[in-house]
This record gives sequence, structure tokens and C-alpha cells, in this order.
Amino acid sequence: MKKISLSFTLNGDAVTAEVPVTWNLLKTLRETFELTGAKEGCGVGECGACTVLVDGDAVNACLFPIPEIAGKSVTTIEGLAAGDGTLHPLQKSFLENNGVQCGFCTSGMLMSAKALLDQNPDPTEEEIRTGIAGNFCRCTGYVQIVEAVQTAAKVEK
Amino acid sequence: MSDYLYVGKDIPRTIETDKVTGRAVYIDDLKRPGMLYGKILYSTRAHAGIKHIDTSRAKELPGVRGVLTGYDLPDVRVGFLKDQVILKKDKVRQFRDEVAAVAAISPEIAEEALHLIKVEYEDLPAVFDPTEAMKEDAPLVHEIDAGGRPVRTNILPLPWKFMAGDIEEGRHNSAYIVTDQASTTWVNQCCMGTSGCIAEFDDNNNLTLYNQTNVIFGGKQRITEYLSGIGLGGKKVRIINPIVGGSFGTKLDTDIYEFICIQLALKTRKPVKIHFTREEEFRALPPRQPARFTIEQGCDKEGRLTFRKVEAILDNGAYTSWGVTTPSIMMNPVSSLYRVPNVSFKATCVYTNNIYCQAMRGYGNPQATFAVETSMDSLAEKAGLDPAEFRLINRNQPGDVTPMRFKITSCGMEECIKSVRDKLDWKEKRGKRNGRGVGMASLIHVAGGARVYKSDGHGMMIKVDEAGIVDVFESGTDQGQGSPTVISQMVAEALGVRPEDINLTFGDTALALWDAGTHASRHTFMAGNAAILACEKVKKQILEMAAEQMPKLIKGGFKRKKRRDPDFEEPDLDYALISDPANLDIRDRKIFPKNEPKHPYFTMEVSQVLRAGLHVGTGKSKVVVGEAFYDPPTEMLDREFKGNFSCTYAFGTTGVEVEVDKETGEVKILKLIAAHDVGKAINPTLLMGQIYGAAYTGVGYGLSEEIKLKNGRVMNGNFRDYKMLTARDIIPVEPVVVEPGDDDGPFGAKGVGEPGLVPTAPAIANAVYDAIGIRIRDLPITPEKVLAALKGEDPVC
Repeated sequence: MKKISLSFTLNGDAVTAEVPVTWNLLKTLRETFELTGAKEGCGVGECGACTVLVDGDAVNACLFPIPEIAGKSVTTIEGLAAGDGTLHPLQKSFLENNGVQCGFCTSGMLMSAKALLDQNPDPTEEEIRTGIAGNFCRCTGYVQIVEAVQTAAKVEK
Repeated sequence: MSDYLYVGKDIPRTIETDKVTGRAVYIDDLKRPGMLYGKILYSTRAHAGIKHIDTSRAKELPGVRGVLTGYDLPDVRVGFLKDQVILKKDKVRQFRDEVAAVAAISPEIAEEALHLIKVEYEDLPAVFDPTEAMKEDAPLVHEIDAGGRPVRTNILPLPWKFMAGDIEEGRHNSAYIVTDQASTTWVNQCCMGTSGCIAEFDDNNNLTLYNQTNVIFGGKQRITEYLSGIGLGGKKVRIINPIVGGSFGTKLDTDIYEFICIQLALKTRKPVKIHFTREEEFRALPPRQPARFTIEQGCDKEGRLTFRKVEAILDNGAYTSWGVTTPSIMMNPVSSLYRVPNVSFKATCVYTNNIYCQAMRGYGNPQATFAVETSMDSLAEKAGLDPAEFRLINRNQPGDVTPMRFKITSCGMEECIKSVRDKLDWKEKRGKRNGRGVGMASLIHVAGGARVYKSDGHGMMIKVDEAGIVDVFESGTDQGQGSPTVISQMVAEALGVRPEDINLTFGDTALALWDAGTHASRHTFMAGNAAILACEKVKKQILEMAAEQMPKLIKGGFKRKKRRDPDFEEPDLDYALISDPANLDIRDRKIFPKNEPKHPYFTMEVSQVLRAGLHVGTGKSKVVVGEAFYDPPTEMLDREFKGNFSCTYAFGTTGVEVEVDKETGEVKILKLIAAHDVGKAINPTLLMGQIYGAAYTGVGYGLSEEIKLKNGRVMNGNFRDYKMLTARDIIPVEPVVVEPGDDDGPFGAKGVGEPGLVPTAPAIANAVYDAIGIRIRDLPITPEKVLAALKGEDPVC
């Protein structure tokens, strides 16, 4: 299989990898870098479980062609907490507000919420719901996820 | 009691921090050394004879390590009625029939190999409608039964018949009688984590199966039985759960892919993983059981129910899993939701060439409650009664014994109905027929276990190390419901430690005692009661150790102090206060005399006592460990399906206000009140999560979710075409928590996992009727059906 050599920034570190050209970003993160926090819930960009940040924007890693990652900056759930392990306010508020149940959607949900708060630190409920509309959850009914994002937004302010 | 330190408190889910950092290991993330990837080839026909399967090209593909068909395997039958083999070689009976399987060094190569397998079919006449399938000349889905005897009908040999009282007498005593239809369809559980497992044999052919089951011991038993059937009798089986990405019923049965994975691991002598794609999850995993109901019920002039007669037809699909047992739970609301003296229920399960079904949150209860509660509204209307008042007249009450012989102990139904009525502004809003309407529906569900096996037991082992760290070996499983937090709260409360002192192990048959399964909303109830019993034993050991060690430790302390400070005068203390374990207690990790909890000298850290008790000297060292196996005082259902099979029951009422757009047919939910009698909320925030989640899934069941089958084939096997609710679907859910306290529940708690879903769809249907005067009797209530009904077309599709 034809491989491509790529250099990009991953959770703050400069990385280089040889990856089959047909792979997507999700497979590369999970297989090459063993970052398994981003999940494949559908593989076709419908459920959002694989959401990561590329240059600050939330994207479905399962749809992101790997050749396009060269030179970009990727943040995954593994890069959300501080270097010393201190949880990000979103991570804390998800635990405190029961925004997590089975946890399978949580990595993607947190990254979508992170992108939202970075771009809009004081979102309305409607804006939060739009921000996570691409992230499916079967456990929570979204209510406590929305509350968790609202709480984190207040803390960050 | 109000002085609980942890029970009833909003303890955050910090025990599950790995889920917010990406560290939690799901089946997706788990790898074993040398692991291969398995893939399954499914049928391309609904009903066909298999003439030939050619796997030669697949076997030659580089990277393929094993290819299996039914020709390679012994004919060992599996399933509830033992009506299928794991790889089909004679004929296929549905589109999801497994025909061949491949293990390869990567999932891509395994997938490529599937395309190289050629299967020659010969189509057979198929049947896709249960009513058609019951006819004498219908094509037979199965020609023989599990015992090899010829079969002449598609009707399953499962006579689900329940009778209590006298229907004729009930009719005779009725002033008003209604007969209604109701039907429900296939719904996918939509776990965000798809199905998967890893099978690994050691060189003695003992099996470790990493899988997602919520019934670890039932699964172990089924797999042990299968191994025995293929000549591996006596081999040991260990089941280990990774973190599970949702369950909702899908992990109750052992699915065919798990047996196939085991066979691939045996064939290749390597660990093998099978992990479903989302499309497979929709096409090859059994969904919720559909059902069609005819319901007749009556009441007297005062509005008291006189009888209820329900007949159900269940499209079983091609094989049996737990779907065919859902009538055992359909009977619960049919016989026991509201007081009704004369009851008859009959369910007929029919083989068709459709996909077969299993459990989903609520089991058969949401289906049957849809029938009962929409008909309750019809009857109220016929009797000229307000539907809320009608429900209050007939409400279940503490002390009732229902026709199924359920003993109702705690029951907050009255408060639930009244809360919903008041919060919806019922009297103001109801009966306007102006496009806006209100509706309600109630529920009864098991909430204190469910004795579906002779044992409904649940085991727990607890050890406390010398640092005071508590290891809890829990026999249940964690599917995301919050059990780690809730169980740690209950153990902490019962033992006198903090939740953060507790390590929990779930889902491992080698480490746990037995458990009937984390099903039937039973985990909090069962684990809580087991925790209380186990903690009693553990606490007794700690206090005995304390009575022995504390006086010595305190006196030793004084001696040391005296050595350092010759002027120190040892106080004259009454050591009798702490030398009898019966006079001691533990709270917040501290041991103290019960009679003088604030004694200045007699309070000691648990860990200090435990260290002293362990390092005590030759032959006298002790460790602290205790176990409990809680089996509630309940009965199996007898041959007439009667018996008090749960220790207590959950009650609740959902009320909704809707707005129906007469141009688009869209139903908008303006308000949803979910009132639940939960006994006691162990963790209110986590409890809300159960209510919110169940309500959302219930709204999906009511309004949008359906697996569309065309001639047996799933037509919408993806999240674009299957309409699960998203965050943009704003459902203003307002939970009302009713806490009467239950004498049998741990700290008063009852089960709550499933109930929220149960009454949601009928409440919506009743509100739609109130809004536009039309009853949609077939779920889901889609805009198409509403528009068709508004145009006067037959709404039942």
C-alpha cells in the first residue's frame, strides 16, 4: 500500500509519521499513535464520536483524509487536560453534571464543546445544542451535557 | 434518615475520570498479542436454499489465517429455542443469516476475503407478515424443531396465556366497553459503542472471552454449553467486560457473532476480535420486539375498571432470542397497571423471514403499555371521565395484590399522576382540540429484581487492606448507568468509609460471585442489598479487631508519650468503652465508642487498627474480607404466570403537552413531565440522568424511530436514515422525583433504569389525540401518519 510521510502537530508535539495514503485521520490517531480516545461510532461522519480539533475546528476524524493533515495542528481528547494532568473545566463539569454515562460519545462531545467555547465563550443553550448537534448520545438525553457545557463556560469566564 | 454522609448526595462521577480523558478501554481499543480480526459474511437472500459455498479464493488471499463455513463445524444449535446453528449451510431464513467467517491479520484483509467467497442460493418463497405467516399455506421458515421433529406451522410453541378472574363477568359488570388496536415496530437500541468481542484460548483450550455482556454468568453458561457441544466439555471459561459503550438490552443474549469469534479463535489458535460496523449493528443485531395488540377493556358507571382482555401477535423473525420472551413482561402492565379484577392476555409469536428480536430497555413493557394506556384514554372518553381522574380512580395502591399476584408495597402512583396533572395545567389545557393538547400515561415495572431464573441472587465480595482501601468485587456489570458511583456511595455509607476509598471491579466471572444479570433495572437494588449484608460482615471483623487492638494502641501511645515526656500523666480511662465490638461503630473512616462518639481519646482511624491487626505476630495476623449473596424473598412465576417475582415495583407517570402542525404533521413536545416513584434517590443527579435519557429514547420511540424493513431487508441501517434524537431536538423534560422509601430497598431505593421510557410514547399519543382528535395507533407517530390521519386516511400503516 502506498504510504505518505507527514509532519504535523499533535497535542502540542511536532510529529512525523508514515501512513498509508488511504487512511483517514481517525485510523492514524488510533493505529499509528495509539490515541484511542476518539472513537469510531459509525465511520461515515454521522455520529461525531471521532471528533477532534484540527487547527481549532471540530472535525469528524473518520472523514478527514490523512494527506491533508500535513502542517496542521491536531488536538485530541488526550490533549485536553493540562500537561500535569489537571482536568480541563469541561472534563470536570462533565463528571460533576453527569454529562457522562457510557462514555463512548464523551471524547467527541468534549472536543465539540471545546471548539464551541474557544470560539464562543458565552454560548446560549441554543448555541450549545447546535455546537453538539453532530455528536450523538443515547444515554443522557443531552440535558446534562448541555448543563455541563454551561457550567464549564461559567468557570472559564 | 437525614444523617447519611453519602447516600442521597450528588457525588460526582470522578470514579469514571478515564471516560473524560480518553483513557477508558472499550472493546474497540483492546488488543491482545498476535490478535486477528474476524469478519462475517451475511446472507443476500431473505429465504433461500444454499447450494454451494466456495471459499477457495478467500483462503488464498495473503493475510487470511482462517475461513469457516457451516461445512467445517458440528451442528450445534444455539438460541432460546435452539433453532439455529452459528454458520448456516443448508438454507438461510433472513438477510442477517451468517454464512461464512474469515480471520485475517487486519480488518481490511478480512473484509476483502469476504468478497472472494461465492455462495450459490436457490430462492424459496418467503413470508414477511406474521398474520400471513400464521396461515396454513404459508411458506415454512423452519421445517424441523430443535429435536428434529417435523414442524407444520410458523407459530412458535410458546403458549403465552394469562387468565385471572372472569372476563365474561367483567363484561357483564361494565357500563362502558372499548375495543382498540395498537401496534409497535422494530427499534434499534443504538448503543454508541458497537458490538464486539475478543476470544482467546490458552494451550489447555480454556477460553477467555472479552465481551460486553451484562449477564456474565448466563453468558458463561451458554458458552460452556456450546463448548461442551463441540467437544470441549470441561474447559474453563472466563468472561471479562471491558468498558461498555451502552447496552439497552443488546448485551442480554449471547449473540451469534460471539460463537463465531470463538470458532475462529479455535481454528487459528490466535486471539480473534470481531467488532461490528454501524451498518452491522443495524442489520445483524436483534432490535426491539414489535407487536400488534387488540385490547378490550371496560369500566362500571363509577369509572372502576371491570376487565381487560389483550391479544398480541409478535413477529418473531427467523430465530429466537429474548424477543419471544417479552410477553412475560407485557403481562405486567396488562394485568397490573391500575386495579383491574378480570384479566386475560394471549400472545402468539410467529416465525417470519424478517430479522429476529431481543431485549431493549423496558423489555415488552413499552409495547404493552402503549396499548393499555392509549386504550385507557379511549375508555375514559367513552365513560365521560377526565383521563387523569379515571387513572386516579383506578390507581395502584400500597397493599394491593394484583391479578399476577404482585404484592404492591411502596407505591407513589397517586402522587405521580397528581404531579403530572398539576404541572401540565391539565384542567386548563385539556380538551381544546386547537392543535395543542395534553396527555398522560403511567407505568408499573419491576424494581426489586425479577426472578426469571430460579436464583435472582447477586453476589458481592469486599476486602479492606491495611491502608483502609476497600476492594469491592461486584458481580454485576457497568454499562454506563452510574453503578460505580452509586455502589461506592452505598458501600461507603454501610461501611463507614468514603466513596474515594473504594475500588470497584465489575464484569469478571473469575473475580465475582454469581449474579443473575444487570438487567430488569435491578443493579442498585440488588447490589445495594448485597453491599449492606457484606458490609455488616466486614464491619464486624473490623470492630472485633478494634476491640482487640485499640486499647493496646492507645496504651502504647501513652507509654511512648511518657518516655518522651516524663511529666506526662496517663489519663484514667474506662477501657470497657472500647473493649466490646458491640459498643463500637465506624463513620467517615473513624472508629469510636457508640456511647461517646466524641470521646477525646477513643477515636481511631480504621487504617491504624487494620495495620495493627495484620502485623500482630505469629499465628494471629488477620485480614478483613467479607462476602454476601443477596437473593430477594420473591417467587418465580408459576405455570399460570402468577407470582410475586419482584421484591418491589416502580411506578411513574409521564405527561406531555404537544403542538401538532396541521400543515406538516409534525408533533412538537412543548413540555414533558416525568414523575417517578424511585423509593429513594441514592444520587439525585445520576438519577436525573436515567430519567432524561429514558425520556429521550421514549420520545424517539413515540415520534421518529423505526427500522424500515422491505421484504426482510433493513432499508435504513445508518444514522442518517434512522431517526434518533439529537441535541437539536429540544425536549423540555422536567423530572419529578417521588420518594416514598421502600422497606426492602437499600436505603429505601428502587430500580429506575427502564421505567422512564415505558409510558412516554402513549403519553404522546394521548396528547396528540387531545390536540387534533385523532388517535394514531401505530408507532412511531410520524408526520406522514399524522397528515394521512388529518386527511381522513387510515392512520394504521
